[in-house]
Amino acid sequence: MSKKTVFPYIPNSVPEVKAQMLKEIGIGDVMDLYYEVPEHLRFNGKMNLPPPLLDEYSIKKHLEQLLSRNKNCSDYLNFLGAGCAQHFVPAVCDEINGRGEFLTAYSSPMWADYGKWQAWFEYQSLMGELLDMDFLSIPTYDGAQAAATSLSMAVRLTGRHRVLAPKSMNPENLMVARNYLKDISDPAISIDLIEFDPETGLLDLNDLRAKVSADTAAVFIENPTYLGVMEIKAAEIGKLARENGAEFVVYADPISLGVMMPPAQYGATIACGDLHPLGIHMQCGGGQSGFMASLPDMDHASRFKDIIVGITNTVKEGEYGFGTVLPKNLSYIRRERANEFTGTNTGLWAITAAVYLSLMGPKGMQEIGQTILQKARYAARRISELEGVKLAFSSPFFKEFVVNFDETAKSVAQINRALLSYGIFGGKDLSDEFQHLGQCALYCVTEVITKQDIDRLVSALQEAVK
Amino acid sequence: MGRNKETRLRHFHQARWDEEIICEMSVPGERGILVPKAEEAICLEVGDGLSAIPECLRRKQPPALPEVGQMRVLRHFLHLSQETMGTDVTIDIGEGTCTMKYSPKVQEHLAARHPGMTEIHPLQDEATLQGIFEIYYKLEQFLKEISGLNYFSLQPSSGSQAIYANACIIRAYHASRGDRERDEIVTTLFSHPVDAAAPATAGYKVITLMPGENGYPDFGALKAALSKRTAGIVITNPEDTGIYNPGIDAYVKAAHDVGALCAYDQANANGLLGIARAKEAGFDLCHFNLHKTFSAPHGCMGPAMGALGVTTDLAKFLPVPRVEYDGQRYFLDYDLPESIGRVRSFFGNAPVALKAYAWIMQHGEEGLREAAAISVLNNNYLEKKIREIPGVVVWYAQGRRRLEQVRYSWEKLKKETGIGSDQVERRMVDYGLQHYFQSHHPQVVPEPFTLEPCESYSKDDIDEFAAVLHRISREAHEHPEIVLTAPHNAPIHDIPAPAIFDPEKIATTWRQYKKIKGGA
Repeated sequence: MSKKTVFPYIPNSVPEVKAQMLKEIGIGDVMDLYYEVPEHLRFNGKMNLPPPLLDEYSIKKHLEQLLSRNKNCSDYLNFLGAGCAQHFVPAVCDEINGRGEFLTAYSSPMWADYGKWQAWFEYQSLMGELLDMDFLSIPTYDGAQAAATSLSMAVRLTGRHRVLAPKSMNPENLMVARNYLKDISDPAISIDLIEFDPETGLLDLNDLRAKVSADTAAVFIENPTYLGVMEIKAAEIGKLARENGAEFVVYADPISLGVMMPPAQYGATIACGDLHPLGIHMQCGGGQSGFMASLPDMDHASRFKDIIVGITNTVKEGEYGFGTVLPKNLSYIRRERANEFTGTNTGLWAITAAVYLSLMGPKGMQEIGQTILQKARYAARRISELEGVKLAFSSPFFKEFVVNFDETAKSVAQINRALLSYGIFGGKDLSDEFQHLGQCALYCVTEVITKQDIDRLVSALQEAVK
Repeated sequence: MGRNKETRLRHFHQARWDEEIICEMSVPGERGILVPKAEEAICLEVGDGLSAIPECLRRKQPPALPEVGQMRVLRHFLHLSQETMGTDVTIDIGEGTCTMKYSPKVQEHLAARHPGMTEIHPLQDEATLQGIFEIYYKLEQFLKEISGLNYFSLQPSSGSQAIYANACIIRAYHASRGDRERDEIVTTLFSHPVDAAAPATAGYKVITLMPGENGYPDFGALKAALSKRTAGIVITNPEDTGIYNPGIDAYVKAAHDVGALCAYDQANANGLLGIARAKEAGFDLCHFNLHKTFSAPHGCMGPAMGALGVTTDLAKFLPVPRVEYDGQRYFLDYDLPESIGRVRSFFGNAPVALKAYAWIMQHGEEGLREAAAISVLNNNYLEKKIREIPGVVVWYAQGRRRLEQVRYSWEKLKKETGIGSDQVERRMVDYGLQHYFQSHHPQVVPEPFTLEPCESYSKDDIDEFAAVLHRISREAHEHPEIVLTAPHNAPIHDIPAPAIFDPEKIATTWRQYKKIKGGA
């Protein structure tokens, strides 16, 4: 029989220590501690798991081998966005969210975990400035959840049952929202989609006017839209919503807000979106984090589902304390009578976003917006100069734009396969999700893309469309 | 062997930096980082870019973010990290139900630094994501072995989202059979509150069973709650008291007998790995918290992952996409016409899957059983020390063993000294311990505290923790003022009102705070 393994992460697996502990509690064998678990509920088989890689070198090599089978966006040139965009991550962001204290803390209150609560409050404060909004919670799972919860909040706030959203909206976010609002009330909540103009990519205001009514809980737009364009008529859309007593929910890209107007300034009552551009690596979609903010009145404030940090006093003069705002609305306290449900969310990314915004400051946010606008414009121009390739929409865009390849007689799938052989991830193939747009792809160009990269893409595309 | 943990406690002081809010540190003109600029050739061709934004959408005033140089930003947030007591730096065995185990650095480093994890985009051609897909697929196979169930999804981003997804699957199942009468979910008080809240979010009415004398609901109470209206039960076992319900299969059968499904909340799986499974108890669905049982870190409340498992009959309702394997390559399967759709974008929190995979690969079958057994041993060893502390009562089922955690009560201490769980919780910090977890609401156990040592901690750690609580109990009897005015050695002093309800006093941003203070 092999000698029992002492595991580095299980210190009391040392046989002598185990024996001593058993002796102290008067038990002969550790399995005797399971006497409450009856035989018929025991698993007496063997779990078919691989033999363990016990030494650290071996597990490291094994994981490195696995991860190296992924092609990554440092080695490949990446133009994919569609809800997860590649942005530069400052070293200080990685430094801070790699700190063991932050990485391994959890839900403890504000004495031993004071730093965490302050970092969360600073996240709220800095995002509040970016959004020009005064009520925020710490972020939820992803932008999709933030959108779904924003719509749910609007439904609960207004007591109405219809939500209007653009047909161009992020399809994954729409799927999450559809499930989230499904079968939860009678009458059922419907998500009605508003057409968008095939020339401009903008929301069709006539269609919106036709569909908005006294039963509209929310008008939801993305700005910029999933398809990249800036929703020029956002203020008018908001006015239509508010005139009809509906909430105006705007899904914004936080990295655009140094140069683009924050939604609150054109009438949004609830703002949401995804934080991943703010100092977080893509991580295969594992860096998503859904922010939510609203006007500070109690109608809105009382409907949040997640922890909200408030600044308060301690017993010492001049010392800042932190507490939870309106905790009784959370499911921790009120269980099924709470606002939706809450739990482990994306607190580490809130802290990371706070670090990012602290580093960037107002000038950094303006400059990065500018750089993105310039590079994306340059890319769009050069791409659309190619024979048979054109931009799908005429409207201004931020970092993403739709390229139409119909006149090249190649499908996006074929083009992207060719690009792959050049070490390039081409824009997301939209031809399934938006069939009426034809063979279109969504290209994302951020500050990490250089002129050389763009020129390289264009050369490759030139070959690919032949 | 070093200090006598029972008599020589730490003279601990947490870092106290009396740190400003970052907004107060702003110096106009300071830069924390410079940003890449567009090349001159690009500028010449497309201009300044800003004028591309229509006037009506152009930001007029820059955001009033602080302007702080890089060293000061780094220093500031490092100070805040020092004022945070993560599991890495403390004996974190007081956070019952949270399973604060060691997050091995070998996997943390790879997840945070290897470009094959950090720099991959979820929409890349499937051929270029074979590594992460293999991790997903194999982790699902491992969880099948551990639970005995047939199919898993790693899409949910937390335990609570997995419970929510399970509620959606239950909903889809009954709808698919044309059964629209079932609008109730039954859960228990000592299951996590989200076992009530998540099904409610999915549209269900919730019936919550109170604990009986044994600490878990009586079988009779369950039967009385079950009916043709019951869609499912969502239950933890052991519950947050650590008491294992040996009749759980009878509870499951009773639910099945009325046509309901049974979802096993396995947040408290740590003591049962390889010992008892969802399958043998008859569950149709389950979930694991990979950031608890499977060692991924808690991250200041996430990111996380809730792995949900189902029997074959329910697999068609799972979220899309699924990672499948055809014998040669891994691929994404979106072809589930009866899927509940999505609960999250992309594939969920992929790095968490990597960490859970790594942890299982380092332990194997033997290691998982050892982790479970030692977590139960550690808990029972701790329990003997804790119940000997004056003022402690082990609530419920006296004389019966718990598995991996125990709910205690300071009720006796409170009666004798006026000092209860809130005060002890604050005083712990002075000895270098993270606060313990009391209990979820409503707190039916008076003055509660719930301890879960899990397998990561050494006997010395456990001795130290018990010694601290013992000392505080003595302080409560002999010089209570020191406990009543705690914490003394934390980053801050006591907060009289940590829950803020008054709208006039609510400031969730620094600028709102300044307004309330009148610019002070």
